[in-house]
Parts: sequence; structure tokens; C-alpha cells
Amino acid sequence: MKIDPLRYDLQIIASWIEPGAGVLGLGCGEGDLLHWLKKEKNVKESGIEIEESKVVKCIEKGISVLQGDIYEEIEDYPDNAFDYAICSQTLQQVYEPAKLIQSMMRVAKMSVVSFPNFGHYNVRLQLAFTGRAPVTKQLPYAWHDTPNIRVLSLNDFEKFSTRIGFNILKKAAINTTDNHRHGTKVTFLPNLFATYGIFLIGKE
Amino acid sequence: MSEYIDQNPSGATIGIVEKLFFTFADKPELLRLESGADIGPVTIAYETCGTLNPEKDNVILVLHALSGDSHVAGYYDAKDTKPGWWDIMVGPGKGIDTDKYFIICINIIGSCAGSTGPSSMNPASGKAYATDFPLITIGDMVKCQKALMDHLGINSLLSVIGGSVGGMQVLEWAVRYPDMVKSAIPLATTTRHSALAIAFNEVARQAIMADPNWNDGYYYDGKKPDIGLALARMIGHITYLSDESMRLKFGRKLQNRSALSFEFGAEFAVESYLQYQGKKFIERFDANSFLYITKAADYFDLARQYGQGSLVKAFSNCTSKFLVVSYTSDWLYPTYQSREMVKAMKKNGLNVSFIEIDAQWGHDAFLLPNAHFDSLLRGFLRELPHEN
Repeated sequence: MKIDPLRYDLQIIASWIEPGAGVLGLGCGEGDLLHWLKKEKNVKESGIEIEESKVVKCIEKGISVLQGDIYEEIEDYPDNAFDYAICSQTLQQVYEPAKLIQSMMRVAKMSVVSFPNFGHYNVRLQLAFTGRAPVTKQLPYAWHDTPNIRVLSLNDFEKFSTRIGFNILKKAAINTTDNHRHGTKVTFLPNLFATYGIFLIGKE
Repeated sequence: MSEYIDQNPSGATIGIVEKLFFTFADKPELLRLESGADIGPVTIAYETCGTLNPEKDNVILVLHALSGDSHVAGYYDAKDTKPGWWDIMVGPGKGIDTDKYFIICINIIGSCAGSTGPSSMNPASGKAYATDFPLITIGDMVKCQKALMDHLGINSLLSVIGGSVGGMQVLEWAVRYPDMVKSAIPLATTTRHSALAIAFNEVARQAIMADPNWNDGYYYDGKKPDIGLALARMIGHITYLSDESMRLKFGRKLQNRSALSFEFGAEFAVESYLQYQGKKFIERFDANSFLYITKAADYFDLARQYGQGSLVKAFSNCTSKFLVVSYTSDWLYPTYQSREMVKAMKKNGLNVSFIEIDAQWGHDAFLLPNAHFDSLLRGFLRELPHEN
């Protein structure tokens, strides 16, 4: 099966994963990242996805996936069952992020978390000048129908790390273009100029 | 299992197939059953589709449900109008592609479609075994299937797949012969019957045994317990459907009439459907086989048999890659039962995928055309040889 090139943010995540590792993908969608990692880095993959039609796509690709709720499914795994747990672009939709991250830290040696940056200047300007809840390319929903119930900034996440007790091992602040296919890393005032943040975290 | 498929909608077919037979466990090497009873000789009917490759590593074993047989796909001759029971899935270019895989389907011991069962001749008496046939288990069925694999010189199965009672055999295979089973696909099944499932089976058995023609099972020289068997089948069919599927299929529609006629005939369409299914069943199935196979399904309990009560322990020797499938409207083996087995597999670090397919047709959904299932099965099988 032909593998499409990964989205820019997923490329960064993929570059952090060691070949041959055990990887758990939480809310893995149609399994693009896990599929790439399986084919290119020979990882032992497991995904969790709640939507039936997406689970179908994963299994079609030969990805191991469980249809279910990430909170419930993650509980069944023994401690350190994986090298990495990945929660890509889902944290802002999770009801209890602290609980989820603690579960990830339990079942995996390291975790990857990525999310749209709510500290981006576009968000700040919209709220400042229109006085209304911001709607951006990265968070494209109106307040009343958004699945993004826990919007956060890069700085928020760093603060969160000390509160919950995990170490940030690597981080990447990025801007994506061309429908997320390409992008650049943001080094100057990332909390203001990056659209997404990606963090590799480990136990303290 | 029901018989919705009366013709092949896609047109593609494996073509003519032949029922083959293998006899083993001749004296003095009788087959020891789980109950401790010995039986022999044992004949097993089977059919194959596709071509076995020289490496003998493209074998897929398809395991049939309660009332199925070895006739999984294709036709027996040019005049045959009814294809095998899973012709929608097994054939050239289909979900289980006969151009790629060598498919074997075996009639289970205790059944009545060519394999030894209660209607077979008992060598001790020269008459049908009837209820002198020993009780069999899912494990005994699988043991017989393994004997055929040995006979065919096959020691690796790319996949073992089956639904319902066939799914129980899939699980039994994965647990009993872990080194042989590369992947296991249990569909719409359970690791043990719920009280609900046992209850339905018991009512169905009582219907047969209450038929005056049943005669403690010794009916092969006279009238058969047709009324009891038809009733048992009608009960079965209720469990294979669902509230939703019955509502969509029948509702309160009347059969061949526009108003109630105030009599005890089959007035509602659902009554007529069930009666038709019952009548059709007695032409092809043996009442005693129904008793034996439902009992085997009720006895099946993977945790008790292999894990001293623990399902996690029962799967501890498994090495197969699993694909567990349940259906939203299946109330005979509801999704929570599939989730239970998935949980136990996960706790053993097994490579497992699970999907609950959206389907309104109840337990029978696994036998019906489903585009999602087709494409995911195709992908799952295609990627298997690349697994490390």
C-alpha cells in the first residue's frame, strides 16, 4: 500500500520516535501517523479511535486499532506497555486532560502531546478587537458547536507540566501552510507566533 | 445462521466446488472426546476454494456456525442455483479472495452435512447413533479440524475466521494451537454464553424433545420431529434478528391480507417469515444435530476451560494477531462480550484490533453484505504477511 507524505506536524512527531518502538496512538483517526511509523520505522503500533468509519480505515491499512473511548481503553494496558503514547491534536477536546496525561505516563515511557496554540496573535487580536470568541483555521468552530473545550496556549502547557509533574523533553512550536502539508519551526516568541505546539514529555 | 442469500448478487463466483471427505480415528485409535467418551471412525466433510501455494502459507480456515456446512462458496454443479453460505465473501476478488488464498471449510462433528454426527451409522449397532452419540464440545470440533490439517500437511494457518458458533471455534483454535494460527478473526461471538443465550437454546431444545416424534432421539426409522425442529428454528431466528431489523423488515405488516381475519393462521408478516424459516430448515437439518451443537455452544467457556476461571489467563499462550468484530444490533452476543475478550487480549499484550460495526440486522449481520467489513477484512488479510 502506498504511503502518502505526512502532515507537517506529524512529520515532527514521527522524527522523535525511535525505530522499532511500541507506540500507542490515542484518537488515532484514520491511522496515517501509525501507518507511516509502521512502514518506515517498523514500530509496533496500537491505536484507539472512537469513530467506526475511521477504525475501518485503520484496519484497511493493516494498523492494529481498538474502537473505543480513550479513557476506558488505556486503562487495560499494563504499566510501561509502550515506549510512546501519542495524543495528537486531541488534548484540547479531552474532558480530563490531567487524568489522560497521567494514564499516558503510566502506560508509556514517553508521550507526545500536540495541540493548536490558543496564545497565537490571531486569537488574541480577534478577541481584543471584535470582542467575540475567536475562530481560526486551527480552531475553526463557533463557541456553540466546538469540540475544543479545553483550549490552551504553549505557555499554559508548560505551566501544566509542573502542576501535573512531568518533564518536557523536547518541544516544537510550528506554523503550517498549504493545508498543513508544509510548515516551519517558530523560534521567535513561539507563544505569540506558532499555530501549533508539539511536546515530548517524560516522567519526572 | 439464516439463509438470506439465495443468489449471488455480484456475479463473481469460484464456480464448481466438490465436497470432500476424510475419515480417521479408525479402530483401535479412536478419537477421545472432551467428555471422556471414545468415538470412531470419524468422517469429516470439507470443501476447498482457491489454490494452495507451494509454501503452504496462504491457508484460511473458515469455520461455520450452528446450522452451516462445508459449502462455503460456489456451486456443486451447473444446475445448482444456490451458492455456498458465504459466497458474498469468498470468491475471486472478494473479501476473502480465492485468487490469493486457499480456503478450507469443514463441516463440524455432530452436524449432519457429511461429517459424523447423531444421524450417522453407529458401527456398534449398525443403526444411526441417535442419542447414543456422545456429547461433543467446541474443543472436539476443533480437534477434528486439526486432524484434517495434519492429513493435508498444513501446519500454518494465515487466518482462522468464523462467526457465532464459528467464532467460538476461532477462539478455541487460537488458544489450543497458538503456533499454527497466524491470525484469528472471531465475528459476532462470545467466550461463553450468557444466561440469555443458554435460555433461548434450552427453549429450542425443549421444543424438539417435546415433539412426540422425537422418541428420545431414536426417530431415524420413522417420522421425524419436524414440528419441534421447525419451532426450534423459529426461536433461533428471533435471536438472530433484532428489534430494529424486525421493525424495518416486518413492522406490523399483514401477510397476504389487508385486514385481521380473527383466526390463528400466520396473519402478520413476521409470523409467516418465521414459519417459512422453520419449514425450510427441516428439509436440511437433523433435530438431534441441533440438540448436540447447541449444547456444545452452551458448554463453551474459554475462561473455565483454559484459565481456571480467568479469561486473561486463558489467552496467555496465544500468539495470533486478532481482529474482533461485533455488530451494534446483535443482542445474542452483544458488544460488551466482545469487549471482554479484547480486554483480556490486551492484558496479555496481544496484537488485537476491535471494531463494532454499525449494522441494524442483529446477530445475522455477519452473514450479510457490508462494505465496511469487506474492505477492512481485505486490508487486514493483505497486510498479514508483512507482520513481523
